[in-house]
Amino acid sequence: MPSDSALRIVWIYPDLLSTYGDQGNVLILEQRARTRGIPVETVYVRSADLVPDSGDIYLIGGGEDRPQILAAERLRRDGGLHRAVERGASLLAVCAGYQIMGSVFGGEEGQPVAGIGLLDIESVRGPARAVGELAAEVDTGLGGHMLTGFENHMGVTRLGRGVRPLSRTIVGTGNGDGTEGCHVGQIVGTYLHGPALARNPWLADVFLSWATGGPLTPVDDTWYDLLRAERLKAVLPG
Amino acid sequence: MTQLPLRAQLASALGRTAATLSRVTGRGDGSVIGGRVGLMLEPDLLRKLAADRKLVLISATNGKTTTTRLITSELQELGEVATNAFGANMPAGHVSALSQSKQAPFGVLEVDEKYLPEVLATTGATVVCLMNLSRDQMDRAAEIWLLAQKWQRALTDVDTHVIANCDDPLVTWGASTASRVTWVSCGQPWKEDSWCCPQCGGPLDRKDNDWACRECTFRRPEPSWVLDDDAVIDPRGQRWVLDLQLPGRANRANAAIALATAETFGLPADRALPRLREVTSVAGRYTTVERDGRSMRLLLAKNPAGWLEAFEVSDPALPIVLSVNAQGPDGRDTSWLWDVDYRILTGRPVYVTGQRRLDLALRLDVAGVPFELCETFDAAVARQAPGRVDVIANYTAFQQIRAEFGRAV
Repeated sequence: MPSDSALRIVWIYPDLLSTYGDQGNVLILEQRARTRGIPVETVYVRSADLVPDSGDIYLIGGGEDRPQILAAERLRRDGGLHRAVERGASLLAVCAGYQIMGSVFGGEEGQPVAGIGLLDIESVRGPARAVGELAAEVDTGLGGHMLTGFENHMGVTRLGRGVRPLSRTIVGTGNGDGTEGCHVGQIVGTYLHGPALARNPWLADVFLSWATGGPLTPVDDTWYDLLRAERLKAVLPG
Repeated sequence: MTQLPLRAQLASALGRTAATLSRVTGRGDGSVIGGRVGLMLEPDLLRKLAADRKLVLISATNGKTTTTRLITSELQELGEVATNAFGANMPAGHVSALSQSKQAPFGVLEVDEKYLPEVLATTGATVVCLMNLSRDQMDRAAEIWLLAQKWQRALTDVDTHVIANCDDPLVTWGASTASRVTWVSCGQPWKEDSWCCPQCGGPLDRKDNDWACRECTFRRPEPSWVLDDDAVIDPRGQRWVLDLQLPGRANRANAAIALATAETFGLPADRALPRLREVTSVAGRYTTVERDGRSMRLLLAKNPAGWLEAFEVSDPALPIVLSVNAQGPDGRDTSWLWDVDYRILTGRPVYVTGQRRLDLALRLDVAGVPFELCETFDAAVARQAPGRVDVIANYTAFQQIRAEFGRAV
């Protein structure tokens, strides 16, 4: 049984959307919480299971076109994620998982597929696949850090009013309009793999402080910092 | 045996010359350039070179090169075999392989998963072996559901005998349209890409090697060959202890596929098996190299499923060197490291190197596995006490280590 004091992480549909290291985001949140003495309980919700609405942090990852469409159908029918977000839970949605949070996204032939409408964003299938390292400046509202990661998608995403870009791209494609990802309330969407939280531990801490409601004690970021510095140096001009 | 038209003969000969030039000038092993020259001069060359031969095509995410070698070895019992032994697994490599053994009545060709439909359509191969499909180099490789769907289309209405691993749901789905299939149960340790039904998307219920969809009728076919620990059980129930020199479960699975393939050529297991046992190392995989009293066994692992198989081969009593790169052939995205469960290495001395050693370092740190970071492979070797060491490297990291030892392996 979950205890009330533990941080509850919910990983949505690893059987459909975890094609590329998305589990890493879960592992990093767990590690950075436990290092600080915060107990963690993680629930892996397969696509045949119900999404619990009592979690603190929800994660959903990337995947192929067909599983993406299946995941959107199932999440819409399920309703658990919608209830959780209404209650104030936070959500990190990556790549295919990011797209399905919007009202519509492009299917395997580019056909429009209904998303689950948690975010006011729309995605279509773009003319070419965006593959490679990305670097971007994060919205000052989220701390103004540098965002680093690897993108691999064909999506072009347009943000509606009230949804802020997560970052402005320096290198890479992101949403396709000079921005990458989005955020509103405690929801963050991004195209980035890497995984995103391995490359951006500050973002993991944003989620942890939302969940705990307070400032976090510092942790040893040696390996994170070395990796970030190497990746940013590899792509940034000058 | 094949009498090629004049133009094809010329294309094939010029291709061989280019291959020789590539080898003698030290630019490569010649298996790609030769084929490219040939195909440029005669686009239909592959079809012509394949005509009148019995061809086996081998495709999978992992184990292609080794299985190609195993099947080549056993079919040599029946006659000369043309093969792309160096893993050049696209049409240029196939042209080159077949050009070099013009008279061979058999051809055994490793085929890149994406190219299988095209190569099958061009060659009209007698047998196709399909072993496994899992996530691999997502920044350049095709998505695997899509791949399996293309295999389905390619196998519809062709007179090809398919030998397929029925323990892999996606492979089974890809092979399901073929008119003749021999199902082989050779296991699937990596299951993270097959929890959902490829047919309808419903959940798969899985127990040991068996699986069935909870929502539709798609389920595991009954195998006629079964890998049972260290032995293969043939369709008549006879148990053949494999006793291979190649190590590991994955190679026993490859051998099961090879024995089932041999039977389609009328080659019984008692003649095929001794040939499989002769194979010791394939393009450097599993070979041991020596330096200053250290014996280092080289294991190649390119993706999460491959790492799982490499851990199974590795001796838990030994120190281990891990080397990871992210060049084109490796995939430039290292996210897949997070799909590998490195906790199995806890308690062993672990040395981390390769161009993307920092990605691996963070991965191990988060997994709670202690390690030592080494700038180079040489530095990692120097840290070892004399004795045995296991090395797991991904593709270009592996090739760099081989090159350092003069490819003598």
